[in-house]
Amino acid sequence: MVVPVLVGVSVIVFLVINLIPGDPARAILGTFATPANTAELTQQLGLDRPLPVQYLVWVGHLLHGDLGRSYILHKPVLDEVLDRLFPTLLLAGAALVLAGVVGIPLGITAAVRQNGWQDKLITVSVLVGISTPSFWLGMLLIFWFGVRLAWLPVGGMMRMFGGGGVGDVASHLVLPAVTLAAVATAVLVRLTRGAMLEVLRQDYVRTARAKGLTEGRVIYVHAFRNALVGIIPVIGLQAGFVLGGAVYIETVFQWPGIGRMLVSAISTRDILLVQGGVLVVASAYVIVNLLTDLAQSMLDPRIRA
Amino acid sequence: MDIGIAPPVAPAAPRHARPSAWARLTRNRMASLGLVLLAVIVAIVLAAPVLPLLPPNVTDVAHRLRPVLTPGHPLGTDQLGRDILSRLIWGTQLSLAVGVTAALAASFIGSVIGLVAAFRGGLVDLLLMRGIDMLMAFPYLLLALAIVAALGPGLVHAMMAIIVVNVPFFARGVRGGALSIVHADFMAAARLSGLSDWRIVTSELLPNVMPGIVIGVSTTIGWMILETAGLSFLGLGAQPPQADLGGMLGEGRNLLQVAPHVATIPGIVILLLAIGINLVGDGLRDVLDPKLKAGGLARSSARTAAAPGEQRRRGLPLAGHLARLPLAIRGLRTEFRVGRSVYAAVGGVDIAIGPGEAVGIVGESGSGKTVTALSVLGLVATPPGRIVGGELLHHGEDLADLDLRRLQDIRGRRIAFVFQDPQTTLNPLIPVGEQVAESIRRHQGVGRAEAMRRAVALLDSVRIPEPAEKARAYPHELSGGQRQRVVIAIALANDPELIIADEPTTALDVTTQARVLALLNELRRERGAALLFISHDFGVIASVCDRLHVMYGGRVVESGPVATVLGRPRHPYTQRLLACVPELGRRRPIVPIPGLPPSTDALPPGCAFAPRCDLAQPRCGVGEIALRSVGPEHAARCVLA
Repeated sequence: MVVPVLVGVSVIVFLVINLIPGDPARAILGTFATPANTAELTQQLGLDRPLPVQYLVWVGHLLHGDLGRSYILHKPVLDEVLDRLFPTLLLAGAALVLAGVVGIPLGITAAVRQNGWQDKLITVSVLVGISTPSFWLGMLLIFWFGVRLAWLPVGGMMRMFGGGGVGDVASHLVLPAVTLAAVATAVLVRLTRGAMLEVLRQDYVRTARAKGLTEGRVIYVHAFRNALVGIIPVIGLQAGFVLGGAVYIETVFQWPGIGRMLVSAISTRDILLVQGGVLVVASAYVIVNLLTDLAQSMLDPRIRA
Repeated sequence: MDIGIAPPVAPAAPRHARPSAWARLTRNRMASLGLVLLAVIVAIVLAAPVLPLLPPNVTDVAHRLRPVLTPGHPLGTDQLGRDILSRLIWGTQLSLAVGVTAALAASFIGSVIGLVAAFRGGLVDLLLMRGIDMLMAFPYLLLALAIVAALGPGLVHAMMAIIVVNVPFFARGVRGGALSIVHADFMAAARLSGLSDWRIVTSELLPNVMPGIVIGVSTTIGWMILETAGLSFLGLGAQPPQADLGGMLGEGRNLLQVAPHVATIPGIVILLLAIGINLVGDGLRDVLDPKLKAGGLARSSARTAAAPGEQRRRGLPLAGHLARLPLAIRGLRTEFRVGRSVYAAVGGVDIAIGPGEAVGIVGESGSGKTVTALSVLGLVATPPGRIVGGELLHHGEDLADLDLRRLQDIRGRRIAFVFQDPQTTLNPLIPVGEQVAESIRRHQGVGRAEAMRRAVALLDSVRIPEPAEKARAYPHELSGGQRQRVVIAIALANDPELIIADEPTTALDVTTQARVLALLNELRRERGAALLFISHDFGVIASVCDRLHVMYGGRVVESGPVATVLGRPRHPYTQRLLACVPELGRRRPIVPIPGLPPSTDALPPGCAFAPRCDLAQPRCGVGEIALRSVGPEHAARCVLA
């Protein structure tokens, strides 16, 4: 099931290069490329051959771990992408965990206290949360916590390994992770609230109460477990938004991840680097979705069957 | 029955015409706020050409980075000395235009794909949807970045990228909505009537999916404005000197320390714009698709709210011997408040149940029988439900007075419930054995293994074959009859003194009904448990119960020993109800009762049944009519009885 999706992803990433107006080889090599170099790259990428053949050539290279070469950085695309993959996954993972840890309990609270003051407060916060541009929020946090209060470093994270150690990485991670988590948290709160309200009025919740179970058990064991069946796929979806949103956050906080690499690669027209970066992150996302599918089927026996 | 959720009886006729969508939208306070916010922003932006604004792109380096409230520059100037207010208004115009265009384009393309896929089906559907799946396999923003990378930075390219990545959401949504209609009867009728495909899609399919599309557009415009602003922020959208809100933010980013207002102001505008759009979008969704409005009326509560004890007991006679019974419902009144209407679902009910006794309640839907039963253990949802009068004595203790902890000790231990629909009353994610064992562990303080052993024994006693194995099964793996046996096992788990069974066999087929009923009756006799049995079926009641209460309009209208009430019914309602029951081997016309049961928010004075009663007289509509003794242990609430 994963394989066809990966094939689909690779086809689209491959096709992107064909969106380039004019001669792709020229676009990749830049305006000052010599005709000889352009011709060589054209041949190397198989750009002079029919589209399906081009794709097969490209996939062939891909399977050998060859994503091409960055003509700007003068190094293989794969090396650069892999260097930057871990920081991005760390940032996105931290944001997602934060969103879940904060968002789900708040959503449950809002549902259990429906129409109460907690619910109203949470609902308004959610509205503001989903309406806030994350890159702007990042700037505000930098301004207040980094510059004015000087509690946390605001950037200058150069390399993941070497240098300051785990504590240093963690302190650099706080602000970007919080910023990236904001929108995802708001979405999860809203979704959890809706799912819980739906589940809380089911007959089996009344059965649980009729058995004399405590409210804690009714809400967390009986209702929440059922709500989670609907929440998990959205966590998967949020993983996609967080991986994408990391582009802004990495730019704002100078985080050495794939997102920042992509933005600078786009402005330098380093198309192959963009292609490689998008392909790798999209593959990571496919795996995340696979995991959420697994989690969902573990939770719900009706899906398992 | 969804008694816990909806008011027990819907108003017989809508008293107000359904208000228009617009009226309902503006009645929503949050949505109105959003509308006002948006209207102000849009008005300013549209008036931009005629407002006395400085030109947005003229630089004046000598007056750069002026703070807010500088004369001539109300919002200051940016790093090139340009007037921020002017750039802000023009930038908002650009962002808004791009966001709306992107949302309309994405919804149009997505809807066409979705409609074609749903309408054509087969291979076309398969190919289109696989393509959509591929696009959705990407993290949202990354695909947009890849497209911008190929096309080159620029506002139009950024917008195209945002459109492409949003098409899948609309395509999926519209296809889903359309699929549910494509197979409907009226579609088949349209096809048979020879309409062209185009006509069918535009005149039948499209109007039905349109609300979904409108909701989609209104909830994604805000999102698209944020995303295009983001691309501009990264320098991949609007190119200098032109700036949308995101571009202005991006330019202000490096000036945070020296001139925070340059980045702060456009951010606030994006925030306000997005809040306005989201408020209106949520409001529209609630109006156009009330199903999605999470929660609706009912809220799930740990117990039914009750008026203070002194207030509820005001005017009740002394309990006397009733204080020794497992259950004495005295003067119970339970109300549902929905908006301004108050439904007196239960309007003063007295039912006493002795040890080991089986008592039935019969009535039509909406007679208040289920609400009476649910009120006993505080299982009516609040809001809208509330116990406003009477007491629920359990060995002299008023259950409505107990603190929640004590009530929970009684629930499932002293008084247990068997609900109607075994399809929905068991938790679908938990093996049935555990659901039985859970109740045992809660009340008997035994370990996990011992509780499971007892649960299996209980499953065996309710005649579930291979109980040890079935204990590990999930509800969906059992038949309806088996599920109801599990529900009975849960009720019996702690040897309760009283079992309340609310139409426990109604959802089952007839042969299963009889078997489950016999089992319930046999086991409760064996264990000496009393039974409060609720049904609309006289036959079932007769086979199980000793005494019987007939309910109508939230009150008991006749009560007595089963044989007496069935043999010599004294209330006209009971008589008419019995006349509706077909009897085997006897030919006699079935005479339905004319009219409908009353809505409990507008009960007539006097006898609630009078408007439907052939024997009604003027005095039936005057004052309170008491439940009068009409024979040994037999009482009826009728002036003629």
